[in-house]
Amino acid sequence: MRSSSSLAGALRNPWVLGPVGIASVLLIWSLISLSGTVDPLFLPSPPAVWQAAADQFHGGILVTDAIASIQRVFLGFALSAALALPLGIAMGSNPLICRLLEPLLGLIRYMPAPAFIPLLIIYFGLGELPKVLLIFIGTFFFNTLMIMDAVKFVPQELLETALTLGGRGLPILTRVVAPYIAPQVIDAYRINMASAWNLVIVAELVAANEGLGKRISLAQRFLRTDEIFVGLIVIGLIGLLIDLGFRALLRRSCRWAS
Amino acid sequence: MHLSVNGVSKTFGDGRHAKLVLDDISFSIKSGEFVALVGSSGSGKSTVMRLIAGLERPSAGVIALDGKSVDGPGSDRGMVFQKYSLYPWMTAAQNVAFGMSLQGLPRALVRERTAYFLEVVGLQDAARRLPKELSGGMQQRVAIARALAADPKVVLLDEPFGALDLQIRETMQEFLYQLWQRSGITALLITHDLEEALLLAQRVHIMAPRPGRIVRTVEADLDRSNLAHLRVSPPFLELREELVTTLRNLDAAAI
Repeated sequence: MRSSSSLAGALRNPWVLGPVGIASVLLIWSLISLSGTVDPLFLPSPPAVWQAAADQFHGGILVTDAIASIQRVFLGFALSAALALPLGIAMGSNPLICRLLEPLLGLIRYMPAPAFIPLLIIYFGLGELPKVLLIFIGTFFFNTLMIMDAVKFVPQELLETALTLGGRGLPILTRVVAPYIAPQVIDAYRINMASAWNLVIVAELVAANEGLGKRISLAQRFLRTDEIFVGLIVIGLIGLLIDLGFRALLRRSCRWAS
Repeated sequence: MHLSVNGVSKTFGDGRHAKLVLDDISFSIKSGEFVALVGSSGSGKSTVMRLIAGLERPSAGVIALDGKSVDGPGSDRGMVFQKYSLYPWMTAAQNVAFGMSLQGLPRALVRERTAYFLEVVGLQDAARRLPKELSGGMQQRVAIARALAADPKVVLLDEPFGALDLQIRETMQEFLYQLWQRSGITALLITHDLEEALLLAQRVHIMAPRPGRIVRTVEADLDRSNLAHLRVSPPFLELREELVTTLRNLDAAAI
């Protein structure tokens, strides 16, 4: 009885089944490459990928690339988050602004951000600016619309209570609306950060001197599948860490919501 | 303090979809009175309250507080909602303090008055707890303390105990009655529960639906020294029975 209930507990624990899933993929990967049925050019062995990662790390390339990519993501996303917050709140709380801008934003949102790359390169060349702007374009409209929705769903009674307690415009915004939407805003940022991270790789595939995406496209040219694997895994790991960071922030700042 | 509702009507929508929800409502409340509006759902009683609170505008007629026409929400008319509507991220004390802090009262005064009103509602030990950690009855007491702490001239209670279990509701009715007696507040209670209205209010306005209007006003001149006894005393039961019949006939006529 006891063992079955502790098994059930283990199955519910996210730190048990998750690693099991990852380990099984690693195991299958190892078995396939050990069996020799697939050309190592297509499927490098886990030790080979580990070696490539170690080489890139010791050569300093891995860190330089990661920093370059992270920097672009953070610049573009910070710009997007900072501008989306006031605009989303304005649209969510003022029906006129909402009616004016929602169709426009809804339209642009459906234009794939990578389709802006040619335009950005024509306007701003091959430097950092077009990459940062691509991340901005790819996340700003989603951030804004999600924040707008959060504001629209602030319960009417909470606003009316503040009014009957002597509250007015701006204090109600900062002391009722802002704390109420904080969990949803953080979650919107978390979700859209994932597309920011996708977009930086796309931008670097097209044109860059360094960055994790750039490394992957160089590796392709020299048929270094092991380095491509390294790039993919590192990109995944950094994304996961960012996601976990947002989740921790969410838990910490919004204990009242659960 | 004198709150007057004078010939107030309210229409929602316009043109062909216009719907008259309140028709020529008039009544008034003076300092220290406890008045109740009773009616079934659809009688527009909550709309009356929202009009007094300034959350809606009347289509016709005038609502005036101390001779000044009401033209929007303000801290002179406190409100307690059925669903408590506490701020979930604030502790009980922060909720109570919120109105005073919005009004810019000095911090020391806010702290002192918060402690005082938490004690008034018997929740001094729950000061640091979040709303989700409090029972429904406790949450509603915090909401009442919050409304009182903002120092309103009249407290508007919109079905304040409607979401509570029957037993807790009776305790809360006694609590509210004693609070009214001790603190000399002026209260307007909206309820669908005739017994609750008769038990607590000195004057009860009975509303009928479609369109919402006051059909009868009762001066409930009863001995309230012991509410538990009053609930089962013959004069109370007689009055209640008579008014229940009135309400039932109204509903039958409306259907």
